[in-house]
Amino acid sequence: MSELSVNHLLGIKYLNEKDIKLIFETADHFKEVINRSIKKVPTLRDVTIANIFFENSTRTKLSFELAEKRLSADVVNFSASQSSVKKGETLIDTVNNILSMKVDMVVMRHPNPGAGIFLARHVNASIVNAGDGAHEHPTQALLDSYSIREKLGDVGGKNVVIVGDILHSRVALSNIFALKLQGAQVKVCGPRTLIPKHIESLGVTVETDLRKALEWCDVANMLRVQRERMDISYFPSTREYTQQFGLNKQLLNSLDKSIVVMHPGPINRGVEITSDVADSNQSIILEQVENGVAIRMAVLYLLASKIK
Amino acid sequence: MSQKVLLTSKEIHIILHRLACQLLENHLDFSNTALIGIQPRGVFLAERLAKILKEEYKIKHIALGFLDITFFRDDFGRLDRTLTANTTEMNFLVEDKKVVFIDDVLYTGRSIRAALTAIQSFGRPAGIELLTLIDRRFSRHLPIQPNYRGRQVDAINEEKVKVMWKENDGKDIVYLVSK
Repeated sequence: MSELSVNHLLGIKYLNEKDIKLIFETADHFKEVINRSIKKVPTLRDVTIANIFFENSTRTKLSFELAEKRLSADVVNFSASQSSVKKGETLIDTVNNILSMKVDMVVMRHPNPGAGIFLARHVNASIVNAGDGAHEHPTQALLDSYSIREKLGDVGGKNVVIVGDILHSRVALSNIFALKLQGAQVKVCGPRTLIPKHIESLGVTVETDLRKALEWCDVANMLRVQRERMDISYFPSTREYTQQFGLNKQLLNSLDKSIVVMHPGPINRGVEITSDVADSNQSIILEQVENGVAIRMAVLYLLASKIK
Repeated sequence: MSQKVLLTSKEIHIILHRLACQLLENHLDFSNTALIGIQPRGVFLAERLAKILKEEYKIKHIALGFLDITFFRDDFGRLDRTLTANTTEMNFLVEDKKVVFIDDVLYTGRSIRAALTAIQSFGRPAGIELLTLIDRRFSRHLPIQPNYRGRQVDAINEEKVKVMWKENDGKDIVYLVSK
């Protein structure tokens, strides 16, 4: 009988190794549940969850919603484009309004880093961060590690390279925290302009040559080039980025070992990863999506059981 | 805290054989029967009964499954701790099968209520029976009674029935523990 050390999932930074282990073990059981012919359990039937998305999302929102429904929670959805946020309502007001409707948990995506932390301090509900700006995206990092564990048996001791736009990526930061916590070695690889200064202080190494990074690693997590977050040009052209940091079948086959290829989605096919790699048997991209539901069920279950 | 022995290893041995015979009487060749141990503690009893039926009564095939009820309990959010789940191992559907739930102790009946809901994920059984090693009489919260019982006990609420199995705890014995 163990429980999470936290009451909210705001970032991997606030978790410990035991929490991650507990989430994975719980996700194992939910993965079995979602592979039954009847994929639903009644556990959260008296829990109401609000999905509040101030930023566009398709798969994360879908995955959370599916996880909530598989757990029999009541779900309300709120997205900023259709809401009063456009009319100038503040974050706290928006959320307090939703909470007056007796919501127990809030899953929130917000363009500002730390929005979840701010909310957790001011409102009386369990908060799950579904991505806050370029800060953290904890459930993505959990499902990434969970998929590595499923494919390779363990995360500890593995060499993982995160390739691409590290500067704007919340997936990269959460992954670094999660992987280090579980004892993996982490390298980041990308154009110098997209690698934050002092990133070595997180205990990772930097490589600007993709081939060298791939030769070193067991797992390559290819990030999406986030055009929407770039206010200036960080590299001359997409074509040049692809030549330097895109993963293609030829490069993959020229390695003397078989590495695992991951991508958090959505994929820019032909930019950071070619179609034949994304669809190859070394890629676990679709497993990541399936595991996403199990991981989110585990997180929601474990947090909901701490609501008093 | 004091404890007294409710069943010795020898008594458990005799009871298990009797329960196996009673199952045999109603299910004959077990071709359309599924024995389902309720996780975590019903699993040992279910495995033991299946073993006796196979080895001593030459039943060739028994559908044996383990059902976890954690996500189906009715006390979620009412406990001050998080319940951790156990593995569900059901490699078959129970559609139109005769299901026997197997658990070590029947107390309030709430676990069995949860199991009745949980089993629905695996189909619509032809019928469900209940087998328990210990039946704590007069303590039920729900109208649930066993079809097969090892021993009936009158225990007050402060007392606890502790069932130990050789494969897990080193020996077969049942204690009545009072605080």
